[in-house]
Amino acid sequence: MPRPTRLKNTRSDDEQFELRLIVAYGFMILMFIVLVGRFVYLQVMQHDHYMTLAQNNRISLVPTLPNRGLIVDRNGVVLAQNYSAYTLEVTPSKTGGLDSTVEALGKLVDITPRDMKRFKKFLSESRNFEPVPLKMKLTEEEAARVAANGWRFPGVEVKARLFRDYPFKEMTSHVLGYIGRINQKDQDRLDDEGKTANYRGTDYIGKTGLEAVYEDDLHGTSGFEEVETDAGGHAIRTLRRTPPINGNTLKLALDIRLQEVADKLFGQRRGALVAIDPQTGGVLAFLSKPGFDPSLFIDGIDSATWKTLNEDWQKPMVNRALRGVYPPGSTFKPFMAMAALETGTIGYNDVRAAPAFFTLPGSSHQFRDSNKHGNGSANLARAIQVSSDTFFYKLAWDMGIDKIHPVLSQFGLGSRTGIDLDGEATGVLPSKEWKEKRFAKYKPEVRRWYPADVVSIGIGQGFNAYTPLQMANAVAIMANDGNVFKPHLVQEVVDAKSGKERRIETQPTRQLPFKETNFEYIKHAMETVLKPGGTAARIGVGLQYTMAGKTGTAQVVAIKQGAKYNSAAISEQQRDHSWFVAFAPVEQPKIAVAVIVENAGWGAAAAAPIARALTDFYMLGKVPADLVGQLTTVKTGTADPNAAARAQAERAAAEQETPDATPSP
Amino acid sequence: MQPHPLKRLWDFIKEPLDGWLMLFLGLIYVLSLFVLFSADNQEWGRLTAKFGYTVLGLVVLWSLAYLRPQLVMNFAPPIYVTGLLLLIGVALFGVVVNGSRRWLELGITRIQPSEIMKIAIPMMLAWFFQKYELSLSWRHYLVAGLMIVVPGALVLKQPDLGTATLIMAAGFFVMFFAGLSWKLIIGGLVTFLGSLPVIWNFMHDYQKKRILTLIDPMQDPLGAGYHIIQSMIAIGSGGPWGKGWLNGTQTHLDYIPERTTDFIFAVYSEEFGLVGNVILVILYLLVISRGMMITARAPTLYGRLMAGAITLTFFVYAFVNMGMVSGILPVVGVPLPLVSYGGTATLSILVGQGMLMGIANQRK
Repeated sequence: MPRPTRLKNTRSDDEQFELRLIVAYGFMILMFIVLVGRFVYLQVMQHDHYMTLAQNNRISLVPTLPNRGLIVDRNGVVLAQNYSAYTLEVTPSKTGGLDSTVEALGKLVDITPRDMKRFKKFLSESRNFEPVPLKMKLTEEEAARVAANGWRFPGVEVKARLFRDYPFKEMTSHVLGYIGRINQKDQDRLDDEGKTANYRGTDYIGKTGLEAVYEDDLHGTSGFEEVETDAGGHAIRTLRRTPPINGNTLKLALDIRLQEVADKLFGQRRGALVAIDPQTGGVLAFLSKPGFDPSLFIDGIDSATWKTLNEDWQKPMVNRALRGVYPPGSTFKPFMAMAALETGTIGYNDVRAAPAFFTLPGSSHQFRDSNKHGNGSANLARAIQVSSDTFFYKLAWDMGIDKIHPVLSQFGLGSRTGIDLDGEATGVLPSKEWKEKRFAKYKPEVRRWYPADVVSIGIGQGFNAYTPLQMANAVAIMANDGNVFKPHLVQEVVDAKSGKERRIETQPTRQLPFKETNFEYIKHAMETVLKPGGTAARIGVGLQYTMAGKTGTAQVVAIKQGAKYNSAAISEQQRDHSWFVAFAPVEQPKIAVAVIVENAGWGAAAAAPIARALTDFYMLGKVPADLVGQLTTVKTGTADPNAAARAQAERAAAEQETPDATPSP
Repeated sequence: MQPHPLKRLWDFIKEPLDGWLMLFLGLIYVLSLFVLFSADNQEWGRLTAKFGYTVLGLVVLWSLAYLRPQLVMNFAPPIYVTGLLLLIGVALFGVVVNGSRRWLELGITRIQPSEIMKIAIPMMLAWFFQKYELSLSWRHYLVAGLMIVVPGALVLKQPDLGTATLIMAAGFFVMFFAGLSWKLIIGGLVTFLGSLPVIWNFMHDYQKKRILTLIDPMQDPLGAGYHIIQSMIAIGSGGPWGKGWLNGTQTHLDYIPERTTDFIFAVYSEEFGLVGNVILVILYLLVISRGMMITARAPTLYGRLMAGAITLTFFVYAFVNMGMVSGILPVVGVPLPLVSYGGTATLSILVGQGMLMGIANQRK
């Protein structure tokens, strides 16, 4: 018989118990001896070391700041960098009297009223024992003067600080965003995320744009120094140091040359342009006009400048490419065509009437065509080429919103693209549910979906509203036969320490379940838009590669709330927006682009020439003749005044062409 | 001749108390008042509160010492079951504070059921072993093990590594004195050490961080290592003789975190030096020695097991607290017995000591 497992010892219980008592007692005494040993070590052997540490301020831990990561474009051109400059900083609690100190300093360095305002703002935001910058970027001479007189001013220091510089200023402002001083809100967020320790000594944090989205990468990891200091708090020597780890470099998909060409092509006009590489989802150009000077924000903006910027009727602070929502106008038609084909509403060769106006059954209301004579009759491809409104009114009416919405939502219309920027607008892809929700507070008559609502939606008007980014993304999806990528500005993050690159996802996120022949059909129809007979025929003249596109006109909604009334601007602000979406080359698309020029009139007028000049530059490296000599990022020959005049004239002529779609009211 | 009524009252009060224990605990308590006064920046607020809960604690201590352990013992199962149900309640409806679910909201007040288990587990096990004293087999050890592990796991899940370790240790002490096989103890220890890497993977980030900063506080001197570094500076700079009462610079310049509760030992150590530390350690050792004596003389199995577990738990509190403050153990929230400010902690120490005195009276 096997012996049972014995968990209990069978020796005499009392003897056993006493033994255990002794073991436990011995163990406790031993542990206490260890503890006393530890005390002897700390309090006798290491006493001097710890005494030194404890002596007031003898040794202090000083954080050393990492350099913020650079931001470079796809070819390595620096878009955001750091430079060192002297700042004059005042610690209010250490000065004898703050006002007199500042006044005396005013005799040594030039303190402008703007500096003063900013200083007061910082004072109200910081605690008494924190140094507050009085003047940024001292000249060498000023720094020397303050340093020489330093003994007269307790609590005043000249410090070398790193500043952020955006060499392309307005041109990249809506992409990069800017950094600014850490305020209470930022501080609370850092607390919540447990990052406070890493931000000790850091004054700046990304506020908007890529600077904010990639803050964790750009900031890096703070190092620290164990510094021996004298009674006055001045460092004598460094005992130990752990170096900081600099922020990672962001390498963008954006090509600054393309961005500059786009910027110059817009000139003083307002609008937005987004160019995407359909093969990867990388954003090649991302422009919102006008931009703003980000350096205004880094040093802390004063309220007067802020007010001017905010109340400017041109809204330079609004990122139009990301947050501006516009009716897409006729650029919507290729996507409508996909809905019609996918739902079987129409076949490739079905010829239908494209008259001068369209009326609903049992109604006398006329939905007029932009071409007052109409276009006779057309199949779907020709309806796209000539941008027939009546054809698409009928098509939309035949389908109804319930068939349109599911197909168009596949192109990402009416939902965020997921680009790596904060605050993206959703836009509106209308549906019955959307209308019910949008007008939930109104009477049922307003909330209800009327069958007639769908008619103007068919030509990209009505409730339709999308951002230029969404349109560019939708065109890119169309261009590469339904491969959906998440658009991204950053192509890779380069680790500062190891140099390893972390690529941002370039795999398609999904594939649209549409017929390939449908894509081919619509893409071909878009190609004919730039051929003779198309609405952008003039733009297609002399193409050295294949290009497909679609013109569009967006009706302007009333001036937004809060904008200043400006009599000179008002008539211009009521003009329609000019849209153009395009991709090239048609067979193997390398660039998809959406351009909107605000209040520039109809269709092909302003937007299409910009798109053509941009693709010419991207595909052929051809600099528009009138920009020769004006670009900082591209080396060009000397300007040819004749060619420049010709190029301008050509674009001006394009603006005189017949409108393609003036929607009926 | 009838003695004076006051004398009779005094005798009645003194009767159930253990003189030596009262003396040693009293000395520790007197020291603690001085430390608290210094740690609280020479204010009377916390000191007054401490008096308040000490009086309450002494009433409980006296009652438990007065009652016969055989009577108290019978409350073990209901207390244990209640505690266990409350712990399950916490897991289901608990309030999350600082990322861990430890509290149960009872309308007007919040309770932390894991505190009840600190005393309920050893009581329950001692009761259990006493009940089956004559027929103990390996099954009973298995059941006892389960009675420890189930509440232990519930507390561990909250997550509260410190308390889970303490309540499981208290249960283990009972099993140890009840004669758990040495082979099993050593085997268990080896298995535990072997499974450390696995446990590591299951730990929360904050627990990992605590352990990593223990090994090298300088890894994160501005973050998690800050507390340990500052309290080590306080102890080390105290030197052999200390900086003198109310003269601790680390304390008074606000460098010591939680200086009235978990880190109060750093305050004491800075001001009273190595000499003070040795005196305090000796006082704790005296309490423990007296506890061991009571354990050895206890006439019943319940008495032995309970007295042994109470004494060892008391030791663990003192050792772990001083160990963590001086930087040889991880920072877990364990108070220094009788010295740390806090009603619940003091009460649970005095409950234990009261039971110990009750057991001491049994032999009379």
